[in-house]
Amino acid sequence: MKRRVVITGVGCVTPLGVGAKSLHERWAAGTCGIVDGVGSCTDFEPSEHLSVKEIRRFDRFSQLAVVAAHEAIGQAGWDAERPYDPMRVGCVIGTGIGGIQTIVDQLDVMRERGPKMLSPLGIPMQMPNAAAAAVSMKYGLRGQMYGVVSACSGGAHAIGSALRMIQYEDADAVVAGGTEAAITAFGVASFVSMQALSPTGISRPFDARRDGFVMGEGAGVLVLEEASAAEARGATILGEVAGYGSTADAFHLTAPDPSGEPAARAIELALRDAGLTPADISYVNAHGTSTQLNDAAETAALKRALGEERAKKVPVSSTKSAVGHLLGAAGAVEVVATVETLATRVIPPTLGYEVPDPELDLDYVPGEARPLLPANGGAPVAISNSFAFGGHNVTLVLRGPES
Amino acid sequence: MPAVTTEQVEARVVETLASFGPDADEITRESTFEELDIDSLDLVELAQVVEDEYGVVLKGEDMKELKTVGDAVDMIVSRAE
Repeated sequence: MKRRVVITGVGCVTPLGVGAKSLHERWAAGTCGIVDGVGSCTDFEPSEHLSVKEIRRFDRFSQLAVVAAHEAIGQAGWDAERPYDPMRVGCVIGTGIGGIQTIVDQLDVMRERGPKMLSPLGIPMQMPNAAAAAVSMKYGLRGQMYGVVSACSGGAHAIGSALRMIQYEDADAVVAGGTEAAITAFGVASFVSMQALSPTGISRPFDARRDGFVMGEGAGVLVLEEASAAEARGATILGEVAGYGSTADAFHLTAPDPSGEPAARAIELALRDAGLTPADISYVNAHGTSTQLNDAAETAALKRALGEERAKKVPVSSTKSAVGHLLGAAGAVEVVATVETLATRVIPPTLGYEVPDPELDLDYVPGEARPLLPANGGAPVAISNSFAFGGHNVTLVLRGPES
Repeated sequence: MPAVTTEQVEARVVETLASFGPDADEITRESTFEELDIDSLDLVELAQVVEDEYGVVLKGEDMKELKTVGDAVDMIVSRAE
């Protein structure tokens, strides 16, 4: 019998500011955090949150994760002391790339000053597990701890792994999320080279004029706890991670399987894990990257998994319309946005969606935010999709509070 | 190369250590690396600065013996002569 897993804290740093509330409220109000074609976390000032030593020792991707974790842990009421045996608290943080700026900087040092001048901090800062290690060390989390690397589904895989860890008693609580800080000259040029980025610098998922994604950066972190333990300690329950499903396309290095079949299977597996059906879903937080191929394949996958009729009734919106594509952080930040959506019952719109693509015929929530209406009257359920270069498909099922 | 003075080395060491985290005001000759929260990774970085500046090579086994800021300054000065 698997155990239930609830969310007791959320935190994020995004182009819409530091904080989970800021992300959802500003997105719902129609604010876009993309400036000059990139979604940078311009409100994030490391020295406001971290010590000199932490700033020196954490690449930006770890800095963002630690600050997001701080918010989530504070909201969970864990700041004074952890309510669990530290050995029973895990930490899983996904990323697409890890400390890319550190790699670039150290390569410059080697070329300009020689290999002997490479920093001893280079490896521990660039390793993709550095963010998980930083969060674990800062908060004394001593259960299973690792990074997850699956490009743009890293954050979602991390939350799925955390769910399994608690469901099957490997941990009683897990701090889980995703982080990315790849907006460097090298990172941007590399994505430009593969023609993945929008030449117009506009993120408008599902719109007929969509022409690529906009790079963003940030982090999203959640505190997950076993349901009965969280209830016993009187924690405020923000929602539940009810299900997780994951598959692979085995189709192409970067293009999604246009049939959407493996992605649909991930959705089906997640619903089965949650013991729910398509009729229970009140909202879809789409991967919705604003690329031609993703948005078409995701639409196909939703129709396959939910059934054509149901898929057309469920509101679908993309957080990437407001912050760009946060790569390895995207899945986690989008889960945070979905938790806020379920808690406030306000569905933010797909910003910039104005010209429908005749091939894409779902309800992409154009224009303005709208009330979330629970499909079956009770606690509302949403799914959040994440797909990635390499062919990863991840779906998480989230349940909001009763009222 | 003229020998460096203890004062010059001390000032450079304090400046470098302060950039790693501790307040410069807290760093004295008597401060131990432990109490300044200066660990082995920091000491490798200090050794790189020292080698770059004074041509003094500090190896891992040298560093292990260093307990205080004064120990490090004295070792650097003696080797620079």
